[in-house]
Amino acid sequence: MDDFLAARSQMALSLGFHIIFSCIGMVMPFFMAVSHYKWLKTNDEGYKNLTKAWSKGVAIFFATGAVSGTMLSFELGLLWPKFMEHAGPIFGMPFSLEGTAFFIEAIALGFFLYGWNKLNKWFHWFTGMVVGVSGLASGILVVAANAWMNAPTGFDFVNGKYLNIDPIQAMLNKAWFSQALHMCLAAFTATGFAVAGVHALMILRNQNKDFHLKAFKIAAVFACIGALLQPLSGDISAKDVAKRQPAKLAAMEALYKTEKPAPLLIGGIVNEKDKTVKGAIKIPGALSFLAHGDFKAEVKGLDQIHANEQPPVAITHYAFQIMVGIGTLLMFISLIYFFNLIRKKPLLEKRWLLKLFVLAIPLGYLALEAGWVVTEVGRQPWIIYGIMRTKDAVTPMPGIAYSFYIFSAIYFSLSIIVTFLLYRQIKMVPVLYNDKSIVKH
Amino acid sequence: MEYVVITFLCLGILLYFLLGGADFGAGIIELFTSANNRSKTRKTMYQAIGPVWEANHMWLIIAIVILFVGFPHIYTTMSVYLHIPLLIMLIGIIARGTAFVFRHYDAIKDDMHWIYNRIFRYSSFITPLFLGIIAGSLISGHIDTNAKDFSSAYIYSWLNWFSISVGLFTVALCGFLAAIYLIGETSEAYDKRRFIKKAEYMNIAAVVFGAMVFIAAQLDNIPLTDWVFKNPVGLSAIILASISLILLWYLLIKGKTQVLRILAGFQVTMILLAISYAHFPNFIRLKNGDAISLFEAIGPEKTIYSLGMALLLGSILILPFLGYLFYKFQKKEE
Ligand code: HDD
Ligand code: HEM
Ligand code: HEM
Repeated sequence: MDDFLAARSQMALSLGFHIIFSCIGMVMPFFMAVSHYKWLKTNDEGYKNLTKAWSKGVAIFFATGAVSGTMLSFELGLLWPKFMEHAGPIFGMPFSLEGTAFFIEAIALGFFLYGWNKLNKWFHWFTGMVVGVSGLASGILVVAANAWMNAPTGFDFVNGKYLNIDPIQAMLNKAWFSQALHMCLAAFTATGFAVAGVHALMILRNQNKDFHLKAFKIAAVFACIGALLQPLSGDISAKDVAKRQPAKLAAMEALYKTEKPAPLLIGGIVNEKDKTVKGAIKIPGALSFLAHGDFKAEVKGLDQIHANEQPPVAITHYAFQIMVGIGTLLMFISLIYFFNLIRKKPLLEKRWLLKLFVLAIPLGYLALEAGWVVTEVGRQPWIIYGIMRTKDAVTPMPGIAYSFYIFSAIYFSLSIIVTFLLYRQIKMVPVLYNDKSIVKH
Repeated sequence: MEYVVITFLCLGILLYFLLGGADFGAGIIELFTSANNRSKTRKTMYQAIGPVWEANHMWLIIAIVILFVGFPHIYTTMSVYLHIPLLIMLIGIIARGTAFVFRHYDAIKDDMHWIYNRIFRYSSFITPLFLGIIAGSLISGHIDTNAKDFSSAYIYSWLNWFSISVGLFTVALCGFLAAIYLIGETSEAYDKRRFIKKAEYMNIAAVVFGAMVFIAAQLDNIPLTDWVFKNPVGLSAIILASISLILLWYLLIKGKTQVLRILAGFQVTMILLAISYAHFPNFIRLKNGDAISLFEAIGPEKTIYSLGMALLLGSILILPFLGYLFYKFQKKEE
């Protein structure tokens, strides 16, 4: 494997790994806070047990998120030193604020996990909320840093020099809002469906129904609200990309030729050599509408983009299709679920609906990873869009392929262990939480 | 503002060394504990560092973020020439953090614990070893930015006796800090005596490896003795460290745990000060005799201003909270 490809793969792998854990770290505290609140209000031991059971899972995920995040903050330099040399001072602002957010999160987590029976109960609840809010804040901040790579501002680029740096302006770049909004919703959707799905599975297996039903309901509401808002926010993102990065939009849609009006392609197989797409369903004018809010607007194709500034089309296109496809599916599941809630249909009788949720366990995360592939691969060949090329940023050290293999092995084994631990936690639910007695930590 | 940023950078490094170091040390202590006492040590340790390790770990993140935002040239030079030790350290951090949490939260206690324990102990040793190696390499003057071949650019930059001695010295200090910390965390007289013994061994190890650092520096033509003994600040720091060492031994016998901790922290701080003051603000010494100084490598003004503001604001938010965390989860002294 050549070093440049290895560096890109290692970056993608580390980020793709970290994002799963960080999403759980951002979202689970809110689920726990709801359950915790219900316990404090109703004194129903079931909610207390649920909060505790979840918090153990979160501790596992949080630690994995923290160490993989630490890895990332070094990796940016280990793999992309020339990028960091220039970009560090410009897009560093969100990272320095993020440091504060992480710190608060870590402290609050210490209080929350170890504070049972030691703290005032409402203060204890509050520390759980703080974990969630600061997690969300750090997520937004780091996405703002990524958005800067897509929409660099806050400096003047003169003769290869980065002058008049303004880190605040860089943080509040044109892409930060649409990306951060979409990302936060994605975190809730993906984690919500995964959690709800796991509990749905346990309900279907008739294990501790009471316990799992409580859990399912909390997670499902968050998941479904997220999934309903996701397409709207995705539309904002798409319009944004059309304005800001026409090359990325063209690659997402595999639009080789500029068209007016432009059709939306669903499915299809991309042939990068011939620059054609076979077997796609075409919806006339739809792309013009999605990109510019007008069925007749012109959409720039790849023919208007210089050959050495074009991103890989096939990967970007497929990833986009996966994300939107899953997004649409999850939206329908959510509609059905809410329809059921409004009609007050008992959930336990709708086994097929629970089965749908089980099916959705991996889907949210799949969409999330696919979305990031769209954003990041669609930005290529640029690391800083329009300013610095990725291949000019890579470390001069040879042999990166080996470090890529090592980290693949590490992440692979960590994933296995985490899954295994979670499985064991769930397996122990009947033993730990079945009776009504208080479970000691 | 640049002073604010530099102060925070030094503070971050120092606190990571003291607090994170004590965390690592706890694992080192476990490594050197006989098999029948291990589970007890593990329990004491878990109660002591469980609630705080995540927060302790943050000092590293703070330091690294300050480096890449405020001193990008230093960050990238380190990243390129010390790629390999950084990588090993990172693997250590990943392995240690996860093993620590996994072994506590695994709902079923079985053979898996054998694995978690192994990983935890060995990575607790390796991580500070490489942390020390990195620190040593920064000042050893082996980093060669003009190197033409792989080994002189990426291997000999850190693989030398001086760096390794500093690494071992760091391990001993971490173990020492942890032992002192743990004395106050247990109430059983037997355990207290055990940890006191450990503190003594670690202290002896630190003295031995410390001597090794000086010898290696001598052989390597690193002017360490000049830095420490010919500089008034370095000299006073080392004298203070020695005095506190004597006091420490005295208190160790008396068993005053709170004062002990402060003293141990003070001693390590003095050692760091003695080593680093003379070449401050130079952060990296290069093979060709040049050095990269904090003041020269500092980022553009506006960046430093906003970084400084973020740090100040952050500390107003964080410090009270953090203090309360330590207070709340500390075992009260009788
Ligand atoms: C649960 C996950 C999920 C779901 C269901 C969707 N997305 Fe998404 N999408 C993401 C998760 C995601 C993401 C992983 O969070 C990304 C990557 C970067 C970002 O800001 O969000 C993303 C990026 C992203 C981008 C690129 C933004 C950029 O590069 O700045 C566009 C245009 C869309 N999405 C559009 C959509 C549309 C039209 C959807 C309709 C259903 C959709 N997404 C569903
Ligand atoms: C966590 C979610 C993210 C995922 C899954 C992700 C995914 C990826 C992928 C697939 C690549 C490789 C692209 C290619 O080379 O073809 C990449 C590259 C990269 N990403 Fe991200 N990314 C994420 C977030 C971020 C964030 C928040 C940042 C920075 C603030 C970032 C910085 C980078 C950098 C520096 C590269 C390497 C240069 C490049 O290939 O352009 N990423 N990422
Ligand atoms: C879209 C991408 C990202 C999101 C949404 C995100 C979010 C988060 C969140 C919520 C946490 C808290 C820990 C947890 O809950 O598990 C976390 C941890 C961390 N992240 Fe990320 N992150 C992203 C990418 C990155 C990148 C690119 C870096 C480094 C440059 C990074 C550095 C860190 C660090 C250092 C931690 C550990 C903090 C601790 O010890 O608590 N993250 N991330």
